[in-house]
Amino acid sequence: MPRINSASELEELRKSILSARDPVKPAIAICAGMDCHDISNGSLISAFEAEINNQDLKTKVDIRATGCHGYCEKGPMVVIYPEEICYMQVKPEDVPEIISQTVMGKTVIDRLVYTDPESGKSAAHLSEIPFYQNQMRHIFGHNPNIDPQSIDDYLALGGYAALSKAFFKMSPEQVLEEIKKANLRGRGGGGFPAGRKWETARNASGTEKYVIVNAHEGELGAFMDRALFTGNPHIVLEGLIIGAYAVGSHRGFIYTRHDTPLLKSNIDRAVVKAEDYGFLGENILGSGFDFKVEVHLDIGIFVSGESSALMKSIEGNPPEPRPKYIRTSVSGIWGKPSCLNNVETWANVPMIINQGAKKYTSIGTDKSKGTKLVSLSGNIVNKGVAEVPFGTTIREIVFGIGGGVPNGKKLKAVHFGGPMGGSIPESLIDTPLDFDELDKLGAPIGAGSMLVLDEDTKMIDIARYFLNYLTNESCGKCVPCREGIRQMLKILNNMSKGKSKEGDIALLEEIAEVTGTASLCALGKTAADPLLSMLRYFREEFEAAIKQTE
Amino acid sequence: MIIGTDKTMSDIIIEIDGKEVKAKEGMTILQVAQKVDIYIPTLCYHEKLEPYGGCRICTVEVEVRGWSKLVAACLYPVEKDLIVRTRTDKVDMVRKVILEFLLAHAPNSPQLQELAQEYGADPDRFDKESSFCILCGLCVRYCAEVKKKHVVGYVDSGAKREISFIPEIAAQECADCKECFPLCPTSYLQAAYVLTESFTIAKDSS
Repeated sequence: MPRINSASELEELRKSILSARDPVKPAIAICAGMDCHDISNGSLISAFEAEINNQDLKTKVDIRATGCHGYCEKGPMVVIYPEEICYMQVKPEDVPEIISQTVMGKTVIDRLVYTDPESGKSAAHLSEIPFYQNQMRHIFGHNPNIDPQSIDDYLALGGYAALSKAFFKMSPEQVLEEIKKANLRGRGGGGFPAGRKWETARNASGTEKYVIVNAHEGELGAFMDRALFTGNPHIVLEGLIIGAYAVGSHRGFIYTRHDTPLLKSNIDRAVVKAEDYGFLGENILGSGFDFKVEVHLDIGIFVSGESSALMKSIEGNPPEPRPKYIRTSVSGIWGKPSCLNNVETWANVPMIINQGAKKYTSIGTDKSKGTKLVSLSGNIVNKGVAEVPFGTTIREIVFGIGGGVPNGKKLKAVHFGGPMGGSIPESLIDTPLDFDELDKLGAPIGAGSMLVLDEDTKMIDIARYFLNYLTNESCGKCVPCREGIRQMLKILNNMSKGKSKEGDIALLEEIAEVTGTASLCALGKTAADPLLSMLRYFREEFEAAIKQTE
Repeated sequence: MIIGTDKTMSDIIIEIDGKEVKAKEGMTILQVAQKVDIYIPTLCYHEKLEPYGGCRICTVEVEVRGWSKLVAACLYPVEKDLIVRTRTDKVDMVRKVILEFLLAHAPNSPQLQELAQEYGADPDRFDKESSFCILCGLCVRYCAEVKKKHVVGYVDSGAKREISFIPEIAAQECADCKECFPLCPTSYLQAAYVLTESFTIAKDSS
């Protein structure tokens, strides 16, 4: 593929890709996301390939191994286009029937479609299934239409049009202004306005500046970033390149996990393809703008996802956080201004540039705009990745999309943000998904993991679980974090063994205050947050544990 | 009254414990305080080493544009109109609990005992886990930054973090140096060294 040298060449290429595609030609999209992949998906894909060969349909049917479709509970998922017929929990032995009856015969196989567990009603099309119906999949919805290895699939969906628009129709300042107007807030945990971060890096002194994708996603129960990035790597790359243009950076980094090889290989391939096509490298699209990107792997501890630790890791140093009295957007990697956002944040950028801040801000709440990806796990019927507009209530997510709590149990709590987040009780689930609303309740959204807990859950055990995790994942450098976590965990372990003492709750709160205010980095500062939220809403469980001892 | 005699330090004025103090931008709160003899306790600080911010005993309260927060004095860079309070109830509470955490590991450290008296820390508040080391990192950093030998380092992370000599390098470098010994606020470093020595000797004689 020759390099694309101008905006018009890009549009010509897009036209030629689209004209070579027949919109009514049958296509089979097989979910090869990490979860489905682990459940036998390799054999499912080869079964489809073999059957297509057997029936001599190679020219008549397309097969696509795609990224995650989101409905992990029912995986492996297969969607048959153009009708968008959706089959669930498909096995290799179902394949011949799917090809002859549905792909060629255009009839639906009833046993493979979604059936509502309550009404018994079935739904054959993607748009009729409640899990999807109640979402707004602006970012994640492309996944079934994209083979992550094919840049042409991304281009066919309008990919890199935002990049071209930013480069040729907007100045870097205008791009920055648009992101600020869109009030894009960081999806990685803090909800910090991305535009302000970009602006700080842009205005910081020096010519060498960096932009970074944080694809570490260490939050327990969070799996949406890897699902998005594995399935649609170019949407993140496009956002990153636009960000580099706005910030004035010519070198970018993608920091990801050593334990997700599929993600790494999809990113690597996307970077190579983007270089081949001229979206990365020198003189991108003939604009005169140069930008290169390199991929780095973590060393496998939670704290390496903390931005300052991550930057140390990229430098080749141990990932120990440093205090951020001076922001990383002013002094980050090698002391240079470094603008870091997470996967989902970067993935929002092309849409904002394409449709404009005005349209983007029409979705969401007053101060949380656009959509949010959430990972649903725990005691919930439909585990998976969902995308909803900000403002959707937690009830709608848990019951409308998630299908509620299994086995007839009652909902007890929803825990957000993993080991640095907080829980809200069932009585508060009419709260909208909103950075500030949930923050006020002591359960910040974090990166977007939602752990659903049923009535049998002991909150002390959940608090212990997170603290036990952090005991190993803290770097151990500063005393309030290292020792505070150790002592809080000890007290809770004793509590669960019926060995607590009068005054333990007050002691927990005192330690939590020291750890929360005097620790060096965000890991320590928020390590006690899950416990504090549980003491706030489920205090009676802790009191009962103490009473039992007496 | 304005404290601070060095004329080259006249860039900005900050307030520490109600006193106006001259400082230069880029200095840390601790450097400014030491210059004018305002005492802030430290455990992991050493003038020859890069500030570390590990022990947090130098935690002070600062007020910036009306917002107050706790920061580590050894790391926090001063800025114009900064207000610093080195002894507030909050600061004292943090220091007390930090000392109680550390006394569970090193109950006999004279330095910790002295500070414990000042802040009313109860040495028996937490169960003893006498690892003796408080992980201030003075030995590790002195060996790396000043001696550039990297004989002693950290192993493991989180609650399992320890310091450890690397026997092969220790056998060559330590006998004539031992400059880290007096830096250690507990007796652990020497013990760790003796242990290392015995490993090396055992290995040599085998």
